[in-house]
Amino acid sequence: MPNTQFRIWRGERGNGGFRDYTTEVTEGMVVLDAMHQIQAEHANDMAIRWNCKAGKCGSCSAEINGSPRLMCMTRMDELPTDKPITVEPMRAFPHVRDLVTDVSWNFEVKKKIRKFRPRTPDAPDGTWRMQQVDVDRVQEFRKCIECFLCQDVCHVLRDHHKHDEFIGPRFFVYSAALEMHPLDTEDRLADLKEDQAIGYCNITKCCTKVCPEHITITDNAIIPLKERVVDEFYDPVVKLVRLFRGKSAKGTRG
Amino acid sequence: MEPRGFGETLRRDAWWVPNVFIVTILTSFLVYATWAAFQNAHYTHGPYLSPFYSPELWGDSPHAWFGPKPGWWPVWLPFSPALIILPIPALFRFTCYYYRGSYYKAFWADPPGCAVGEPRRSYLGERYFPLVLQNVHRYGLLLAFIFLIFLWHDAWKGFWFATPGGQTTFGIGVGSIVLVANVVLLTGYTIGCHSMRHVVGGMLNRISGSPVRKLAYDCSSVCNRSHMNWAWASLFSVALTDVYVRLCSMGVITDLRIL
Repeated sequence: MPNTQFRIWRGERGNGGFRDYTTEVTEGMVVLDAMHQIQAEHANDMAIRWNCKAGKCGSCSAEINGSPRLMCMTRMDELPTDKPITVEPMRAFPHVRDLVTDVSWNFEVKKKIRKFRPRTPDAPDGTWRMQQVDVDRVQEFRKCIECFLCQDVCHVLRDHHKHDEFIGPRFFVYSAALEMHPLDTEDRLADLKEDQAIGYCNITKCCTKVCPEHITITDNAIIPLKERVVDEFYDPVVKLVRLFRGKSAKGTRG
Repeated sequence: MEPRGFGETLRRDAWWVPNVFIVTILTSFLVYATWAAFQNAHYTHGPYLSPFYSPELWGDSPHAWFGPKPGWWPVWLPFSPALIILPIPALFRFTCYYYRGSYYKAFWADPPGCAVGEPRRSYLGERYFPLVLQNVHRYGLLLAFIFLIFLWHDAWKGFWFATPGGQTTFGIGVGSIVLVANVVLLTGYTIGCHSMRHVVGGMLNRISGSPVRKLAYDCSSVCNRSHMNWAWASLFSVALTDVYVRLCSMGVITDLRIL
């Protein structure tokens, strides 16, 4: 393969710009390989966050040709080389240096989500019984590698900077994994409506499109949570039914 | 980092093409449906009834339930059977989760595309009025489901043709197939609705105890996976079914009898 041109964002704390580099791309390379090669050949001080190079640690998130992707999972042979390939840091988080951003806001958000609270054990030995069919749905959400590409592409965070009010798709997935769990008894719906502002999501499905684990974020996590919030706060018929029937225990929500 | 300006992006693909399609198709559909609804003519042909006019509560065709235009209908308001019923499927589609995401992007540029700069900095989402009203979608679903029953009935009636002796006989015309195809697509779209999925089983955390609801949830989930395709296919089919009945009624084309 011939030499390939890259346009990489270089700078610190948001100040900087694109710089052009050229490196030889060989068969089987991914963008992260090319970044390492450029680092070795031309830019020893270029900051890149990476770990596993196997699409499992979620460290090397960046924006390649304008699309949020993992550098280690983006093959060079799938990118057009007629123009320089642009590589820039995620735009939804504070910039640290070069391709590295500060994603610690996400960890702070996670701490605020109500924890898993199982029902009392089903057996005298302190264990529970549950059916596989009941956990099938939440197992999809457990695939998340916390690369935060979905947070990066979500326009509520990226363009409108609602970080103080909105938790973003990754944490709706996390909330859904807890909220839909057959053993969980905690109720997170008021939090989802108020403090976490699920109503800000306007279903663009960008989060689903960029997820490297192919989690169906919008259809399987966010919309079902939105529907549960409607049950709880907006639907007068459900309220009326609950008035007569009584609210069912959350663990068996019906 | 500073947010990008309207339409600014480093994406290389033609991200705006889906928006052009969506604006073109939805606008065309709205214009045609409005025009067809106000016509109050050429909406039946033999046993066929256009889905824009079904159920025909009041009207001049043999399909009307309660006879001609009611006396209480305001004089200043043009009468058409379609005007009475079309707001309901319109409500269902307008509040549909898939369409919402599509028209927010295509018509309102919020955002214009994934990772593409936006035209405005303020944002309310579906958290505040007016868009919080999108939460009525489940009621749109309920009403749309009732409509589906009528449309299946119409599709069945589309196989029974009048004979010169005043009887009806079973037959199959191209129109019969058109009506069935339309209602099948509408059923797929309705069954795959996100609210439907929630109501039939999605709201349960322990669905193993309700095998019937589990089955319903699985069926809904299968259709939901291609909800977008059902949405577009059924939108086209509704319009094309009306076009077919209209053209037959006007004598522009002849309904071919297969049986």
